[in-house]
Amino acid sequence: MNPAISNPLTFQELLLRLQSFWADRGCVLQQPYDVEVGAGTMAPETFLRVLGPKPYRVAYVQPSRRPADGRYGENPNRLFKHMQLQVILKPPPENVQELYLESLTAIGIDLRHHDIKFEEDNWEAPTLSAWGVGWQVMLDGLEITQFTYFQQCGGIDLLPICAELTYGLERITAFLQDVDSIYDIVWARNPETGEVVKYGDVRLADELQFSIYNFEDADVEKTWKHFELYEAECKGLLERYRSLYRPSDEEKVERVESSLDQQSAALPGKARFPLLAAYDLCLKCSHLFNILDARGAISVTERVGVIGRVRALAVVIAKAWVDQQADEKNDSEGPSEKSDEANAAHEKKAKRSKERPTPVAI
Amino acid sequence: MPDFLLEIGCEEIPARMINAASAELRERVGALLVRERLAAEQITTLDTPRRLAVMAAGVAAAQEDMVEQITGPSVSVAYKDGQPTPAAHGFAKKAGIEVTQLETIFTPKGECIAAKVTKRGRNAAEILADSLPKEIATIYWAKNMYWRKPTERFVRPVRWLVAMLDSEAIPLEVDGIRAGKTSRGHRILTTGEVPIPGPGSAYVDALRAAKVLGRAEREQQIRRALDAAARTIAGARWREDKALLDTVVNLTEFPSAILGSFDPQFLALPEEVLVTVMRDHQKYFAIEDAEGKLLPHFLAVLNTDGDPQGLIRHGNERVLRARFNDARFFWETDQKKSLLDRLESLRHVTFQKDLGSYYDKTLRVQRLCSWVNEILKQNGIAVRPGVVHKAVCLAKTDLTTELVKEFTELQGIVGGLYARVQQLDPGLPKATRMAIADAIYDQYKPESTDDDIPRSVEGAVLSIGDKADTIAGMFALGLVPSGSKDPFALRRQANAIVKIIAEKALPLPLGDLVRDARSGYNGSAAEPKFVATDQFARSTRAFFCERLEFYLRDVRGYAHDVVRAVLATDADDVVDALARADAVKRVLHMTEFQAIGAACKRIRNILRQAQEKGIQPAPAFESLPDSAPEEMNLTAYMQQTVPRVEAHRTKREYFDALMLLSTAREPVDAFFEKVMVMVEDERVRGNRLALLQTLLKEFSTIADFSEIVTEGKA
Repeated sequence: MNPAISNPLTFQELLLRLQSFWADRGCVLQQPYDVEVGAGTMAPETFLRVLGPKPYRVAYVQPSRRPADGRYGENPNRLFKHMQLQVILKPPPENVQELYLESLTAIGIDLRHHDIKFEEDNWEAPTLSAWGVGWQVMLDGLEITQFTYFQQCGGIDLLPICAELTYGLERITAFLQDVDSIYDIVWARNPETGEVVKYGDVRLADELQFSIYNFEDADVEKTWKHFELYEAECKGLLERYRSLYRPSDEEKVERVESSLDQQSAALPGKARFPLLAAYDLCLKCSHLFNILDARGAISVTERVGVIGRVRALAVVIAKAWVDQQADEKNDSEGPSEKSDEANAAHEKKAKRSKERPTPVAI
Repeated sequence: MPDFLLEIGCEEIPARMINAASAELRERVGALLVRERLAAEQITTLDTPRRLAVMAAGVAAAQEDMVEQITGPSVSVAYKDGQPTPAAHGFAKKAGIEVTQLETIFTPKGECIAAKVTKRGRNAAEILADSLPKEIATIYWAKNMYWRKPTERFVRPVRWLVAMLDSEAIPLEVDGIRAGKTSRGHRILTTGEVPIPGPGSAYVDALRAAKVLGRAEREQQIRRALDAAARTIAGARWREDKALLDTVVNLTEFPSAILGSFDPQFLALPEEVLVTVMRDHQKYFAIEDAEGKLLPHFLAVLNTDGDPQGLIRHGNERVLRARFNDARFFWETDQKKSLLDRLESLRHVTFQKDLGSYYDKTLRVQRLCSWVNEILKQNGIAVRPGVVHKAVCLAKTDLTTELVKEFTELQGIVGGLYARVQQLDPGLPKATRMAIADAIYDQYKPESTDDDIPRSVEGAVLSIGDKADTIAGMFALGLVPSGSKDPFALRRQANAIVKIIAEKALPLPLGDLVRDARSGYNGSAAEPKFVATDQFARSTRAFFCERLEFYLRDVRGYAHDVVRAVLATDADDVVDALARADAVKRVLHMTEFQAIGAACKRIRNILRQAQEKGIQPAPAFESLPDSAPEEMNLTAYMQQTVPRVEAHRTKREYFDALMLLSTAREPVDAFFEKVMVMVEDERVRGNRLALLQTLLKEFSTIADFSEIVTEGKA
């Protein structure tokens, strides 16, 4: 037990505490996304929501699968699947750092007795063509959070930008409970009996079995085939979206902006087009790539190429999503004038509503 | 004369960027004050991770009024029959004066009318409020961001501003933030806002009360804290580390330090690994005993005032334990596959997308290094080709180890450590095996101009071969560094080659080295993408000449003109260039050489003019019967001296050669005084030109003395 903290939180209490903290600050509490992702950023609640002009605040726990990080449950510090708490504040409030520090107080960390530093750490996700600048937040020498101001996502400049806070939940709990192995973390304590369930009790089996599958058993040929099937399905959807709603393609962006946009907006059913399903397929590809990578089936030379294939899907989805959202807005609010503030490319296409977004009260 | 203060309050600025930004802000504000005629007596800065402040003492409260003369139309237009015309009236009105106040002045365009106008000086607050936003916005950041509008960029979001002239706020606004008189203190140690009474010591004191110290004070406080903490262990001291110290100074606003410990069992891991984990990953200082041996302790610098309950120490020890456990795990895992068995896997590690894998690179470097070995051997330098061969073979295999994947900065070092413990080739004598390991260990050395070069000749050959292969490949692809763009650090690698050749005194001409390195790519898949050989030769020659110039000037401290003079003669042989630079430096103060420099310039001009007129020197000079005595004298001098100079030169006794040449001053001066070179007689003229040409050539084989700057030299 951490000498600093009497009655440290259990793992599940930590999740509850942090979620309730951010719910009180206007966040929608989402549930973990149900397709395999490598990080909370990849869930559509981040990847798609950060696009476009609409303010949004959301918090969710995201189990994140990184096949290559698996250690058969033998390494006390590394996991194939770890939990992140992902908080998106769009746009970021001026006191976003102070809010973050308050959240640490809320989980029982008395900042007066600890050493907190914000050290430069810029984040980049090549498979999503996304990047931002920010810090790793260090608590007594331990990196507990990745704090990022998103600048670009899916190759699109963001306006407004958002702040992304990614808490490393296992690390924070291990710190609070002062245990050296993740598997010794107390996940839950029965308040009646005092009986304890540990992280190892809950998770050790999947760490072991998935390590075996990812490193040894996954059938390379079939996994490649899955990858290709998902990719083809995703591409098919995106082709169809383009032929239906954006027939002019990239090189004729100008025309899209002027006349064709309105024309396509008039096309029925655009809002029904399953871009979200296309994104799920893209996530599948990303995960399968990670398995192939862990399996040692992708040479370093090939790697860049495969990452490029996933990125290509993500970038097209992001563009289409912005396009679809803009029209949806037009449909519901009637025709809107173009904002002359618009300078980011996507924004021109997105056609902002005249109505200013109302900042979320804190 | 009020004092000025500007504080830009910002979210945590990356530690590596603070020093430069602070200096730039100071420069910009200083220049602004001069430009606007508000010149201050003294400019100081105060910077922390959360603020950049600049103060100017004794700023002018307002610009002085300035009388300006405006030129109007010419007198002939302005007056008709002595009476002002409408043009004169119009000009006077525009200038705001009476027609009678107009003056007449002389200009290059003739006589014109003019008006003296008093320009009212603006007050300082107004000027600063107008100009500072642009200065703040144009500070350079290696990476910046936007948080409101894409046009407003800074390193991190700006959260507050303080701008004052004495106790008055300046109405300044940047990125939607209005400047005021309130700052903020330390994040954790204070709460609320900090009222700033005024610039100067009032500001510094207010911050100190709010637990925020300036850079110098923080450094001092950290040093004291580290000393005090290290003293608690008998005979121990902390390892001085300038870069690390600078980092932690820039990560803290109010620093202190703690002493932590780790399990002595971890000392079984190589020191390099332990220190890297502590320094690069945790920003801890290592502690050593009196003999320099690592102790199982570390020092962490905190951004708070202390750790009375030991909680922070406890936390840091926990993190370090996990990190060391990881390192040990990687170390042990890596031993399951020896470096020899890893060679094949290099086929799958890309060196550069066009230049193939590290396996391909290994083969090329092997070939290049055997050529270097041969050159060294021919010149009597003892080198063990077997050691080089084996070291090259294993040099890159550590790229496939877990430890290097985790701690990339340890590449090479890890390979060397593994080669030492893995008993590769048990048939070889121990000394040979250690020599191979050391060469691998040193392959990236020197990493900077301050770093040591590889210890052994074999290590030097490997380091040179590896780097020359990279440079040749990149240049052949046209990936030439330009300006601040040098993504493959080719300049650093070329600097390293020059430094090794110089300090190991290797007879390795740069041109041959690069040419041979390029030929290693013959028949490769990349070759069709290569630039033409002459372009390659030109660009690499210029590149290495620049690097050699940098080395002689910035590393060895030779004067700019000495370096230019020496390299104008030859920039291919590093060792020779060094010897010539040294000789030139030693003779430069002599009045003889000042005169010879002038004579060389003169000869150069004469020869150039002759060439421009199409006049050729004779193929050789000789004593002509109708020569002037001074000419005969110089001719005799040359015939006598040149062979002796030559003899010194071939033995590289450049100082002796130059001393001998210094005696040329007298006959040369006499010649120029009495003898006219460009005479009508073709034969005489040609002979004199030939004499001068030979003379110039003799001097220029050591250095181009016409490059020597004579003015202002003591």
